[in-house]
Amino acid sequence: MEEIQIKAVIEALTFVSESPVTVEAIREVLGDIPKKEVQRILEEMVAEYRMAPRGFCLVEVGGGYQFRTRPEFAEWVKKLKKIKPFALSQPSLETLAIVAYKQPVLRTEIEKIRGVDSGGVLRTLLEKKLIKILGKKDVPGKPLVYGTSKRFLEMFGLKDLSGLPTLKDLAGLGPPSPQEQVLPPEGLKAEGEEDSAVREEDTPSEGDEERNVPGGENSEDLG
Amino acid sequence: MELNELEEKEQLELPLQVKLEVFEGPLDLLLHLIKKNEIDIYDIPITVITRQYLEYLEMMKSLNLDIAGEFLLMAATLLHIKSKMLLPPSEDEAADENAEPEEDPRAELVRRLLEYQRFKDAALDLNCADLLDREVFTRTFFQEEFLKEAEEAVVGEATLFDLLEALKKVLETVPPEEFQEISLEHLSLKDKINEVMEALWERETLAFQELFTPATPRREVIVTFLALLELLRLRMIKIFQPAQFGPIRIFSPLDREEGQKIISERIS
Repeated sequence: MEEIQIKAVIEALTFVSESPVTVEAIREVLGDIPKKEVQRILEEMVAEYRMAPRGFCLVEVGGGYQFRTRPEFAEWVKKLKKIKPFALSQPSLETLAIVAYKQPVLRTEIEKIRGVDSGGVLRTLLEKKLIKILGKKDVPGKPLVYGTSKRFLEMFGLKDLSGLPTLKDLAGLGPPSPQEQVLPPEGLKAEGEEDSAVREEDTPSEGDEERNVPGGENSEDLG
Repeated sequence: MELNELEEKEQLELPLQVKLEVFEGPLDLLLHLIKKNEIDIYDIPITVITRQYLEYLEMMKSLNLDIAGEFLLMAATLLHIKSKMLLPPSEDEAADENAEPEEDPRAELVRRLLEYQRFKDAALDLNCADLLDREVFTRTFFQEEFLKEAEEAVVGEATLFDLLEALKKVLETVPPEEFQEISLEHLSLKDKINEVMEALWERETLAFQELFTPATPRREVIVTFLALLELLRLRMIKIFQPAQFGPIRIFSPLDREEGQKIISERIS
């Protein structure tokens, strides 16, 4: 089959798929085309749609490919569909962020960061299928372990979790994080690595000048 | 001294403060106070912050708001830190120069605040993405969804009342009629019936809502509705409502040929 034809078939499959169509699904239909090849063609298609002056484009999202309208046309689409736009409350967003970056994560860990009870928010996120229960942790009480779902990736337009923006290091809240400042020099790092408490005792001189900064010395040990 | 200035400034400001912001929790409130006072988070004037924090709790109390236990726990923590900061370092330590200086009593709190701030920022970032069904949209597949639902739930055949309820909703969205120009569009019931059936044969199923747009004039809404009633009476269509008050879907058990025969025989 010619490449232009393969492209057209993939386009058709994407067009009729409700959820993002996967490379595997495409290969199942198209037969013996190497995975690499399908991926290359898809990538090319993504670029083609991006360049074309269209109302929609092809997006890699949640482990597959999907046609989506371009954000700049949201107003018109909303007018037509008369839907209430999707929105998440501040507590939901915060909790979702913690689950996304800290997964697999326990409810107690989330509550420790947020400083408030998070049971209700977790339930809401579960109902919205943005998070899922990954299992139970093998500790007394067998607490549930949470993680984000495929739906989460789809909602936020991410192809996988590596697409999450990197967690910022506290810029704009005063002096730069002292965490890096107390790290021992390269040479000492290797032997101190297993136990950060030991590491700090090993290097009192390096740490001394930052000692007057609260939060400086032990920031790393918290987690 | 800077700290005193801050305190004075606060005393002037606070009585005027009527707006009560809602905070997620004690950490959120503390971060707000730190930002409001433009405080360096690594050197929190604990006296000022504790006082403002407690004032805020008082305000909540005076408004008869429930104060969650977490807020009280933090109040206790703040007071504890404050008292620790007032204590002079123990003599043993002062004597022993090699001893590790005791950790700043505020350190643990600062760590928690920074960690929380990190995820507040991350939440902000997440919310800035182009979200599905907010900035970007995908095609929707009525039928698949409907069939899926049909398998799960016992599909209820919609009653006349369900239909009336749906009509009411449509009429609510129709803009009030403007009496400016009289354009007598001829709207016959038969035409409408044909229109609905054609759409059904073409697409197999229709959502009730699809028959109307916000621009559909009231008169046409009514005619469409009457057409549906007539089609129901003639058993040319079936209406289903999978969920109570959910969307109503219309099907036709007849094919085009059978339907057209009935239309020509029974509808004048």
